[in-house]
Amino acid sequence: MREAWLPLAVLAALGVAPLLGFGGSYELTLLARAMILGMAAVSLAFLVGGAGLVSLGHAAAVGVGAYAVAILDAHGVTDAARVVPAAIGAAAVFSMLTGAIAIRTSGVHFIMITLAFGQMAFFTASSLAAYGGDDGYTLYSRTEVAGTRLLENRLVFHYLCLGLLALTWAACAMLLASRFGRVLRAARENAQRVEAVGLAPYPFRLVGYTLAGAMGGLAGFLLANATEFVSPATLSWQRSGELLFMVILGGAGRLWGAILGALVFVLLETWLAQQMQHWKLVFGPLLVLAVIFLRGGLAGVVARRHG
Amino acid sequence: MTTQLLLVQALNGLQLGILLFLVAAGLTLVFGVMDFINLAHGVQYMLGAYLGAALAAATGSFWLGLVLALPAALAAGLLLEVLVFRHLYARDHLAQVLATFGVILFLNEGVKVVWGAAPLQVAIPSLLEGGIEIMPGLQYPVYRVAVLGAGLATGALLWWLVERTKVGMLVRAGASNAPMVSALGVDINRLFTLVFAFGAMLAGFAGVLAGPIFSVEPGMGDNVLILAFVVIVIGGIGSIRGAFIAALLVGLIDTLGKSVAPDLLRLVLDPSAARQAGAALASMLVYVAMAAILAFRPAGLFPVRGG
Amino acid sequence: MADPLLRLDGLRKHFGGLAVTDGVSLDVLPGEIHAVIGPNGAGKTTLIHEITGIVAPDEGRIVFAGADITRLSLPRRVRAGLARTFQITSIVAGFTVLENVALAVQARSGSSFRFIWPASRERALNAAAMQALDEVGLADRAGQPAGVLSHGEKRALELAIALATRPRLLLLDEPLAGAGPEETERLVALLTRLKATYAILLVEHDMQAVFALADRISVLVYGRVIATGDVPSIRANAEVRAAYLGEDAA
Repeated sequence: MREAWLPLAVLAALGVAPLLGFGGSYELTLLARAMILGMAAVSLAFLVGGAGLVSLGHAAAVGVGAYAVAILDAHGVTDAARVVPAAIGAAAVFSMLTGAIAIRTSGVHFIMITLAFGQMAFFTASSLAAYGGDDGYTLYSRTEVAGTRLLENRLVFHYLCLGLLALTWAACAMLLASRFGRVLRAARENAQRVEAVGLAPYPFRLVGYTLAGAMGGLAGFLLANATEFVSPATLSWQRSGELLFMVILGGAGRLWGAILGALVFVLLETWLAQQMQHWKLVFGPLLVLAVIFLRGGLAGVVARRHG
Repeated sequence: MTTQLLLVQALNGLQLGILLFLVAAGLTLVFGVMDFINLAHGVQYMLGAYLGAALAAATGSFWLGLVLALPAALAAGLLLEVLVFRHLYARDHLAQVLATFGVILFLNEGVKVVWGAAPLQVAIPSLLEGGIEIMPGLQYPVYRVAVLGAGLATGALLWWLVERTKVGMLVRAGASNAPMVSALGVDINRLFTLVFAFGAMLAGFAGVLAGPIFSVEPGMGDNVLILAFVVIVIGGIGSIRGAFIAALLVGLIDTLGKSVAPDLLRLVLDPSAARQAGAALASMLVYVAMAAILAFRPAGLFPVRGG
Repeated sequence: MADPLLRLDGLRKHFGGLAVTDGVSLDVLPGEIHAVIGPNGAGKTTLIHEITGIVAPDEGRIVFAGADITRLSLPRRVRAGLARTFQITSIVAGFTVLENVALAVQARSGSSFRFIWPASRERALNAAAMQALDEVGLADRAGQPAGVLSHGEKRALELAIALATRPRLLLLDEPLAGAGPEETERLVALLTRLKATYAILLVEHDMQAVFALADRISVLVYGRVIATGDVPSIRANAEVRAAYLGEDAA
């Protein structure tokens, strides 16, 4: 736990950022995006690093949460007390149903099946003409809290994202340390061993997959509110790939690496996009180089220096 | 009228299936022999389409473009293998997914830089213009028939290569037991490179053929890639025969679903609702079929490896 | 004679045209070590797969503690009291020695679907795990990562994991494979101690160890049990000598 100072420092930095000149609407929008994707990435890191389930469809869970917000909005439901449970619940149910099939497989099959289910969600969203179809859907307003427009306040929204990011991280860490998480971690390394002590890994993995989906749904709720817009791109497989990259960039072995990965990813992407039009020409090769040379991710580098 | 439409759609479905097969064949061999998950296989299809279009435009002949595009696609595959993929064989699937994802970002952006973001049109070669009457009063484009024929011929050639030649025998043996093949003194790395480049060329060939039918644009490989994944998962990883059958199945389900689903739903829903729900249903159909098949056969229809 | 704890009744399994186990029947009594020996290719591995539920027999029954377990999955057999070790050591290398055993303890004490409290701070789990480690003489290694143990220690750890499931019967798949002379000596001593408490089905190549440990021996050749009996009778059996021991001596 010697490395715990770093994630706490990052969270603290995010906490004071608005007070240190990063309180403008541009900066806050950027940071909110980084924190929300950080939440999604942490829940994915729980799956990848904790349970060994490499999902290439995690953006679909986020997108299902976001679409729950949009669909309720279209029907005039904007109260957080109903919207938040709906977003989390919808993503959890989606993850449970697709996970029930995906988790029967392993390895490459699992990667491809989660990818395919993600695409299924993407095409479904594209064909929802009543909610914007390909073009996406613009919310009438942000979700209301107890009848107030509290979330319209940028600072409130910033600290809400920060709070939920910290909460997601803590929840994932708690899950992994629990009896439940012990079974997941053991099954990642040696499923046969888990069976030989009398436990079938399947139900544990399915619950883990569902919980990660639920957390993704919560991130989706925030994402829809941050941009006040939802489109099929939210669920695209490229987004799933980006989330996976955030996890690996940060270091899959550590949950907090995903927070670091998301921050670095969003800031780098934004900075590169400002420098040049075809920034992906640089970003793509950077990704390749990071995978080939940066084993253990940024968190690994930090851990080695302070090990 | 409906039967005619159905026939046309079935032919379109078969032809999509054939293109998918050409892409999936390389993918499934690379998977089977090297246990390597290559997301960038889709952009190799895209690259083939662009090379074909550009070389056809430069030489003024579709045929010359085709003949030149094949070695160019092969060379591009070799280059990628040497620069990127070779460094990933020993890594886990996660690293392979991410690094090849980086290659996708780069190449999707790269073709934009070279050829612009607007779709390119490729003219149908004059030899294959027009239609043939496949039923009284029903014309079907000659070019599409030619694509079907070319695809089937390539499939037959591939079958012969894999089943009847020494190299094919090594490839099959490698797919079921790579360490054994390498213990027999075969240079497995040479074999890998060969299979890789050949797969890239097949994908490129599919791209050239697709040029005059679909528009040639950045990102065109992404959807094909995911459908190809579905194909090899259904067919059983490493199995050419499985890939062929699954590709036709996926092509037919996807194409027929899109035309039949709205009609069927019109029986129970009002027209506009049927159109919307039909579109959603049709785009999900392939994935639902995959889920159904995997629920009963987690290793696909024709599993190569035991268990 | 007491009722057998485990009874195999005519287990038959074909792979293609080959009968890999061809009507195997044998039983294990409470408190005895019943060893299964046989040359390579005799069908020992398939027999173990059948007993542990990895391979379903085409014909025959497996009765454990009076209940038919032929169709149960491995985890359910383990929960019924049938623990096993693996020919190739199977541990969670990234866990500590203690956590490897604690996993087995938690599997039999209450639900593992507990999400809040850190498992490593459950005193009852750790205490029971320490007890199992003590039984195999690994208590002083509890805090080490399991991956750094020596081969013999990993074998002992696997035994501790099996013991922690509170089994009634231990199925040991070549527990001495790959162990050096000193390690073998220690493991044989350990198994001798365990014999007092557990029924053991022992599949082992090391004949010296088998003769030292076993109460009864069954000889498996080409998927059939050609003889069952105590050590002297197996040593004296001409058919066994021809089929197996003779081959060894040659």
